[in-house]
Amino acid sequence: MNPSIISRLQSLLGPRNVLSSAEDLALYEYDGSVDRARPELVVFPSCTDYVSKIVKLAVQHDIPLVGRGAGTGLSGGALPRGGGIMIAFGRMNKILEVDVENRRARVQPGVVNFDLTRAVEHLGLYFAPDPSSQKSCTIGGNVSENSGGPHTLAYGVTTNHVTGLELVLPDGQITRIGGKLGEVLGYDMCGLLVGSEGTLALVTEIIAKLSKKPEAVKTLLAIFESVDDATETVTDLTAKAITPAACEMMDGWTLCAVEDYVHAGFPRNCGAVLLIEVEGIAEAVAGQVLAIAEVCKAHSAREVRTAKDDCERELLWKGRKTAFGALGRLAPSNYVLDAVIPRSKLPQALRRVSEIGKEHDLKIGNIFHAGDGNLHPLVLFDPRDRKQFERAVQASEAIVRYCVEIGGALTGEHGVGMEKNELMTLMFTDADFALMRRVHSQFNPTGLLNPGKVFPLGKGCGETRIRVSPMHNPAVPV
Amino acid sequence: MATSLAARFEKTVGAAHVKTAADSLAGYRVDGIAPAILVQPESPEQAAEIVRIAIEEQRGVIPCGARTAMQIGMPPSRYDVALEMTRLTGIAHYDPGDLTISVNAGMPLAELARILADQNQFLPLAVPFFERATIGGAIAAGLDSPLRHFYGTARDFLIGAEFVDGAGALTKSGGRVVKNVTGYDFHKLLNGSLGSLAVITRLNFRTFPLQQSRRGFVASFENQAAALAFVKALGDSALTPTIIDFVSPEFAELFLEERSPIASLRIDPQAWTVYSGFEGSNGVCDRYARDLARLARMASAKNAVTILDSQAAAMLEILREAPALMSRAAGQAIVFRFAALPSQLADLLRALRSFANSSWAPSVVLVRSASIVYLGMLPRDGDESTLKQVSYFWNSVRSLRGRIELHASILFCPAEWKPELNVWQYAPSNDDLQRRTKKAFDPGDTFARGRLVGGNLIS
Repeated sequence: MNPSIISRLQSLLGPRNVLSSAEDLALYEYDGSVDRARPELVVFPSCTDYVSKIVKLAVQHDIPLVGRGAGTGLSGGALPRGGGIMIAFGRMNKILEVDVENRRARVQPGVVNFDLTRAVEHLGLYFAPDPSSQKSCTIGGNVSENSGGPHTLAYGVTTNHVTGLELVLPDGQITRIGGKLGEVLGYDMCGLLVGSEGTLALVTEIIAKLSKKPEAVKTLLAIFESVDDATETVTDLTAKAITPAACEMMDGWTLCAVEDYVHAGFPRNCGAVLLIEVEGIAEAVAGQVLAIAEVCKAHSAREVRTAKDDCERELLWKGRKTAFGALGRLAPSNYVLDAVIPRSKLPQALRRVSEIGKEHDLKIGNIFHAGDGNLHPLVLFDPRDRKQFERAVQASEAIVRYCVEIGGALTGEHGVGMEKNELMTLMFTDADFALMRRVHSQFNPTGLLNPGKVFPLGKGCGETRIRVSPMHNPAVPV
Repeated sequence: MATSLAARFEKTVGAAHVKTAADSLAGYRVDGIAPAILVQPESPEQAAEIVRIAIEEQRGVIPCGARTAMQIGMPPSRYDVALEMTRLTGIAHYDPGDLTISVNAGMPLAELARILADQNQFLPLAVPFFERATIGGAIAAGLDSPLRHFYGTARDFLIGAEFVDGAGALTKSGGRVVKNVTGYDFHKLLNGSLGSLAVITRLNFRTFPLQQSRRGFVASFENQAAALAFVKALGDSALTPTIIDFVSPEFAELFLEERSPIASLRIDPQAWTVYSGFEGSNGVCDRYARDLARLARMASAKNAVTILDSQAAAMLEILREAPALMSRAAGQAIVFRFAALPSQLADLLRALRSFANSSWAPSVVLVRSASIVYLGMLPRDGDESTLKQVSYFWNSVRSLRGRIELHASILFCPAEWKPELNVWQYAPSNDDLQRRTKKAFDPGDTFARGRLVGGNLIS
């Protein structure tokens, strides 16, 4: 990086808000995915005006830019694939306004998702999108990726909870779209920008909807002898129009690792469990608990437990939300897939995932948002074993292809990023890409903002690119 | 000139589906402007071919469905081809077990509702002109539904779309699954786009289960302030009603008082009437009825009554059609639509009332979900000063900006008044991103030129 640019940014932001040494930059070369890309410079603006100035300087010198929240993303969305400057929003982390009467919060992008809920829960309010990483991920990141979470089954993903944005466009211009109203005259620009994976603009302020806490919540743990019984239960719940707030599935052998980690009382000898939550007024919750238990029993549930208090409920959820971390105990490396299928096809999809695992001689776990058909097959492998690694790549690709073939989608909540951009051709035609490119170039004409994401680059078109760090295996290219 | 164009269109869709005679085109006028040609494709591919021909021939296209809401927006500045999508009917894909449906753009809303009801499901898109409108037209028109209070607007349950873009390409976004972040959410842009971005050919929705019982609660209040207090108390309670609409005494008198089977409720035409819809099991509905009665008593309701399924359905129908009813209630009716924050609703209503009082025209008000205000002005026929007074009212709204976070537009008014009133005059001034979006979707400005915000997005 040109030293004069570094010194200009240092004088704008202060020396401690500009990182340029190799050891500092190494900390920002990764996110929650398996990809890596090292920025040439990391800057920490404290206000929108600084973001605009950074963008203008970068554009002037033809330097790529990428925004980053907490770096918990799972598709490489915040990685600087084109090198250049990383704008880290960690210091733009203020809740600017809580408007109780209108149930809105105005926040900076670096506010941690769960911190917003914590700030308003004494008012009986919360921020509904709840990704598993909600205690560390930022709302700016949630907006970029249109993040989901277990409770999106009932309440929708981030886009359903954002009414306004302040943006810095790729030419440095500051603009606002939407507002507190959640109504638009003209085109729904927030609808386009949320989930655009940082490729159209940088988000510097968010107006978020706050939801009212429900009167009653019940959490059920249904225990099944087989994965089939559990998936058929989910399909039947959907068909019977029973709509819980969350419906998560964990298969039996992954559950053992989770239980070793959290000690939440999960069974160690079952085929699968469903973690189901119902919310609403007390009468509605009571009715749903009975209906759900009945469907579970009809599909041979061994037991249906109801969490007896908040403590037990939180422990069950802790098990679910920390599950992927717990699985580090089972294999040296793993790869979490994210794909969606029509919910009626859940039983056949899980059977196919299991077959694919067997065909490739791999263990594949399943911890996922069953209620909305959002699969997260977890492929376990040892990256030191080159052949096993290659089989893991092939199995992952076979699973994603299968999901799209049966009417599903490439990603339900993790985003396309640089993980699945080459797979986009499975879902989209040349005409679709042509329109996407026209929109992209209207917003980001220089292409300097978050290059190499979402669109296929034609490098190994249609291939899954799972990669591991050189630390694990220097033989594997990163 | 229309002859060579007609020949090309006929080659694509057959002679029976291309019309150029003046009498065939009269029904396709938009704000009094007739197209030169009408073409009715039967497939998305045909629609794309028609658009490609129109682009080559440099003709302006306005897509339409059953043409129930064409009066929304500014008069078109170019309109050569009416592209009618009503032949694209039918369900493309429906597996009730998934609670999703994929439906062709020309499907009538009412027919779609019947197909879903057979599976005990529904789409919470209870919009005006329901009995005639098509699904594609309903999305393009962007009208809202009383059910938005609980179910949200179409942006919350439209999960994918296929459409012909302004390059003449058949394109898509989203998919048929309820959770999907693959690619840009272009389908959200189609809501309320008035056909100015693309020609919708197919839409995918999340559907919802019909609940065991759907009921309603009607309460009347001495004045607007009491009605507002009740609405606020309801919003703060644990209840999550599907509908909270309230109407002015004039609305009640015109549209509720003598309407069967609502008439038996003897709704007070002197009072402000609040309607709350709710649904669920009988036990859940009983709880709502109890709590609503308590809240109404605390807010000093004059009358309050719970109504059951058939009356609740009739009430939903009236509220659903309310903007259309207002537009038909006088020869030169004007329907304004405002959106404000719940905390500023009282201020807005007060200001609107004072502006309206300075004009002579009787007005009716419907407030939806504590944030949307439909104001219908119903001038007496033959009053020549009407436009002047409406114009004065509309210009007065400017004084509210800055004080109240507000969206204001004119939904329906006589076409000849639009140039003076400019229905979009209060649209956000920084429409640069909207213009970029239009350019990307429709580079040649082929679709619905001049109809949306600002009159002309590509300038």
